[in-house]
Amino acid sequence: MSDVTDATTAKRGPTPDDGLRIADSKDSGPVLSADGTPLKKSLRRALRMEKLRALALIAPLLIFVMISFIIPIGEMLFRSVENQIVEDTIPDAVRELRQWDRDEDELPPEAVFEAMYHDLFTASEAKKHTRLGSRLNYEESGMSSLFRQSGRALDDLGDDYLDALEEIDPDWEEGTVWYEMMSGGEGAERDTELSSRVVGQISNLEETFLPDTDAFAPSQAISELLPRTAEAYTRFAVFEALVDERDITDRDPWENVYPALIADMKSADVSGYDGPHADMLRELKSNIDDFEAPNYKAAFAAIDEDWAAHETWATIKAHSVRYTNGYFLNAIDMKRTPDGAVSQPEDRQILVKLFQRTLKMSLIITGSCILLGYPVAWILANLPTGKANLLMILVLLPFWTSLLVRTSAWKVMLQQQGVINDTLVWLGLVGDDSRLIMMNNATGTIIAMTHILLPFMILPMYSVMQTINPSYLRAAKSLGATNWTAFWRVYFPQSIPGIGAGSILVFILAIGYYITPEIVGGTDGVFISNRIAYHISSSLNWGLAAALGSILLAVVLILYWAYDRIVGIDNVKLG
Amino acid sequence: MAALTPIYQKPFWLVALSVGAFGGFFGLVVGTANGNGLLGLVVGALLMIALAWGYLNLLKNEGNARGITLAIGAVAGFSLGGLPGGIIGAIFGAVGGWLIYWVHEGRYRAFLPPYLTWFQVLWHYGFRVICALIFIFLITPILVVLPLSFNAENFFTFTPEMLRFDPEGYSLKHYRDFFSNSDWQRSFKNSLIIAPIATIISVSLGTLAAIGLSQAHVPGRRAIMAILISPMIVPLIISATGMFFFYSQIGNWMEGTLGLDKTFVGYVKVILAHAVLGIPFVIITVTATLVGFDRSLTRAAANMGADPVTTFFRVQMPLILPGVISGGLFAFITSFDEVVVVLFVGSASQKTLPWQMFTGLREQISPTILAVATILVAISIVLLTTVELLRRRSERLRGMSPG
Repeated sequence: MSDVTDATTAKRGPTPDDGLRIADSKDSGPVLSADGTPLKKSLRRALRMEKLRALALIAPLLIFVMISFIIPIGEMLFRSVENQIVEDTIPDAVRELRQWDRDEDELPPEAVFEAMYHDLFTASEAKKHTRLGSRLNYEESGMSSLFRQSGRALDDLGDDYLDALEEIDPDWEEGTVWYEMMSGGEGAERDTELSSRVVGQISNLEETFLPDTDAFAPSQAISELLPRTAEAYTRFAVFEALVDERDITDRDPWENVYPALIADMKSADVSGYDGPHADMLRELKSNIDDFEAPNYKAAFAAIDEDWAAHETWATIKAHSVRYTNGYFLNAIDMKRTPDGAVSQPEDRQILVKLFQRTLKMSLIITGSCILLGYPVAWILANLPTGKANLLMILVLLPFWTSLLVRTSAWKVMLQQQGVINDTLVWLGLVGDDSRLIMMNNATGTIIAMTHILLPFMILPMYSVMQTINPSYLRAAKSLGATNWTAFWRVYFPQSIPGIGAGSILVFILAIGYYITPEIVGGTDGVFISNRIAYHISSSLNWGLAAALGSILLAVVLILYWAYDRIVGIDNVKLG
Repeated sequence: MAALTPIYQKPFWLVALSVGAFGGFFGLVVGTANGNGLLGLVVGALLMIALAWGYLNLLKNEGNARGITLAIGAVAGFSLGGLPGGIIGAIFGAVGGWLIYWVHEGRYRAFLPPYLTWFQVLWHYGFRVICALIFIFLITPILVVLPLSFNAENFFTFTPEMLRFDPEGYSLKHYRDFFSNSDWQRSFKNSLIIAPIATIISVSLGTLAAIGLSQAHVPGRRAIMAILISPMIVPLIISATGMFFFYSQIGNWMEGTLGLDKTFVGYVKVILAHAVLGIPFVIITVTATLVGFDRSLTRAAANMGADPVTTFFRVQMPLILPGVISGGLFAFITSFDEVVVVLFVGSASQKTLPWQMFTGLREQISPTILAVATILVAISIVLLTTVELLRRRSERLRGMSPG
C-alpha cells in the first residue's frame, strides 16, 4: 500500500503500526507511541495508572487499619505524656503558681490561694475536683482525700459572708437581684472577653466544646467595678446555663461570689455607678469596714493543715505542666518531684523488677523453645515426606488449638490436685502432703508458655532446615569430621537463620503475653502486660499504663525491625 | 523402605543389657508405686533377662515367645492394678517381647547405613526417643483434656472410676451442661455471630489489598506492608487498650448521634476490632499465594477481551481461592479465639466463648470448660484438615508437587 492516509486508515483510529510508521518517517525526534504521543510520556502515564490502580486496591484496607488501629494506638500512647488535667481543672491557680518561686521556704502568696479557692469551687461544683485529686494522688499519696474533703468544706467561707450580707440587705440572697446586677439590665454593654474566657475554661473542665455565642456575659461596667465578683458570677452563670442547662435568671449564685464581692468592695469606688441595684452596693460600701477582707490562706489552712504545707504546693506546681515526663519516670520507678526526678521509695519499686522479670522469663521461654524445637524441626526436615507430614500434625494441632484450651489444659495438669501431681503421688515420687507447686508462680508460666509458643519456633526452623542439603553433612563426615564437628561446623551454621527467625518471633509474642500469665502466673509469674491491664481496668492510672505500653511497644518494634531485616515480613509463613 | 544393611544375630550380653534396662526401668516405676523401688528394679531386670534367655535358648519360637510375654505382663499387671494395670502390663509385655527379638536379631541395624558405629546407632535411636518425648509434651495437654471432659465428677483430675475404665466414671454431663446453660449458649452464639462477620470483612478487604500489594509498582510497599502486618506484631494488650479508648468514643457517637441500639453498636465495635486483628493473616497467606501466580494468565484473558472484573472473577479468583480461604480460616480462628480485645471493647452482651472460658478459668466454676475445650479442639481439627487440603490443592493447581 503506497498511500498511508487512505480512507480506511483514517477511519480505524490509531494502531501500533502508526507509531512505527511515524517513528520511521522522522529520523530524529522522540519515539512515539501508537496514538502519536511520545513513548516516554505514554509509558510514564501507563506506570502512573498502574500505581494508582494498585493504591486504589490497597486504600480501603489501609484507611481502615490506619483509622481503627494505628491512630488509636498513637492516641493511647500520647496519654503517657499528656497532663492537661491539672491546668484544665485549676487554670487560674496554675497561672498564679508560675509566679511563685518554690525554692523559697514561704508558702505561695495570697493570690495563689485566692485563685485556688475559686478554681476549686468551680471544679467541685462540676464534680471534677476528685478527678484532679486522684491524678495528683499517683504522685503524692494523700492528695486524693485532701481534694475530696476540701471540695466539701469550701462552702463555709461563703456562707459566713452571706449571713453578714443579709443583715445589711436581705436582697443579697435573691438570685434575681444578682442576675439583674451582674447583667446590668437590658441594653448594657457586655464584657464578652471575660465571658468567652470563662466559657473556654469550663469547656476544658468538662472536656467538651461549648459555644460562647449565647453564653452569659456581665455588663462592662460591673466587670470593671467588681472584677473578681464578675468572674466568679460568670463562671456560675456559664456552668449552670450551658452544662446543667438551668435558667439562671432567678438562681442563687455559688457561695464563692460573696467573698469575691467583699474583696472587690474593699477597694471599689461605687459612687459613680448607676446600674441596677446601685443602691445596694452603695449601702454595702458604707458598711464595708464591718467586714473582714477574706483571708483565703487561713481558710484553706482551717480546712486541712496540708494546705499550709510547702510540699503540697510544690507538688501541684511540679505537675501543672501540660506535657509531663512524670508517667515515664513512674514507669521506671522514679518520680517527678519539685527537685527533679528521684527514685521511688524502696517498697514502691516494682516496675523495673517487673520489666526485668518479663525480659528474663521471655528469654527463658525462648531458650527452652529453641532446646525443644531444634530436635523436632531437625527430625521433621530429615524424615521422608510422608512421615514428616504425619508428625507435622502433632505440631500443627496445638498451633491451631484455641489458646484458652491449652491454657486450661495446663491449669488442669499443673494444679496441686492436678494430673501431674496425682501421677507423681501415685508413683510415690512425691508425698501426698508435699505436692509440687507448679502453678500460680513463674514455673507454671514458663511451662505453659513454652508449650504454647513452641510451634512458632518449630515452623520457621523447619522451613529453614528443609532447604539445607543433607549431602553437606555426609561430605563433611567423609572428609573425616566427627559427628559433632560435622554438625557444629557444617549443619548448625546453616540452621542459624531458622533459629533467629523463630527466636525473635517467640520473644516478640512472649514479651507481650497477657492471658496465660494471668491464669497460671499467680503473682510471681505475671508479665508487664498484666500490670498494664491492671492500670487500665482497676487503678485507672491510664497515663502510667500508656507509659508502660510505650516502653513495651518500643521493645517490640525494635525486635520487629530486626525480624524484618533478618527474615523479611513477606517471608512469614503460616502453617 | 528397603533394608540397607544385612543383619545378623547379636551376642546375648547385648540383649541382656537392653532388656534388663527396659525391665529395670519398668520395675522401678511399679516398685516405687508399691513402696520399694530398688526391689522392683532388680526383680524387673532379672525377670526380663531370664525371659530372654529362656526364649532364645529353650523356646526358639518368636511368635509364641512374644505371646507368652504379653500374657505374663497382662496377668501381672491385672493382679497388681486391676484393668488399667492389666492394659499397661500387656503393653509392657508386647514391647518387651518385641524388644528381645529386635535386639537379638540385630533388626535395629536394618534400615541404617552399614558404616555407622555403635555409638551413632545408639544416638540415632536415643534422638528419636527425645523427639518422641517432645511430641508427647506437645500433644499431652490436648490428650488430657479430652478424657477429662467426660468425667462424671466435678473434678479436674482423673477419678479412680475413670482409671478403672468403669462406665460409671464417665458421663456426658458437662456437655449437657454446655448445651443447656444459657450463659454458655449465649456466648457460643455471640462467637458464631462475631467471628464469621469479622472474617468476611478482613478477607474481602485483605484480598483486595494483597492483590494491590503484589502489583509490580507499588509506592512505599514496605511501609504499607508494615502497617498492615502490625496488628499481628503489636502486643494484644496494647492493641486492646488503644481500641478501648477509640471504640468507646465511636460507640458513644453511634449511640448518641445516630441513635443506634446499644447491643447492635456493641457488636459492631467488637466485629470491627476483630476484623483488624485478622487482616495480617489474610494478607500474608494471599500474598504468598500470589507469588506463584502466573501473570501472563491475566494478560491472556485481557487479550481475549475480558474486562478486569471478569478476569478477576473467572481467572485470578479460582486460582488464588485456596490461599484466600486458608487466610480466612486463620482470620476466623483469630477472632474465634480472641479474648483480650473483646474483654476491653465488648460489654457483657457481647460475651464470647473465650471470654466465658477466661472468666471460668479465673473463678474456677466448673469442668464444663473442659467440654467446651474438647469441642473447640474438634473444630480446630476440622479447620486444620481444611487448610491442609486447600494447601495441597493450591500446590497442585500451581503445578507443584504437594509436600
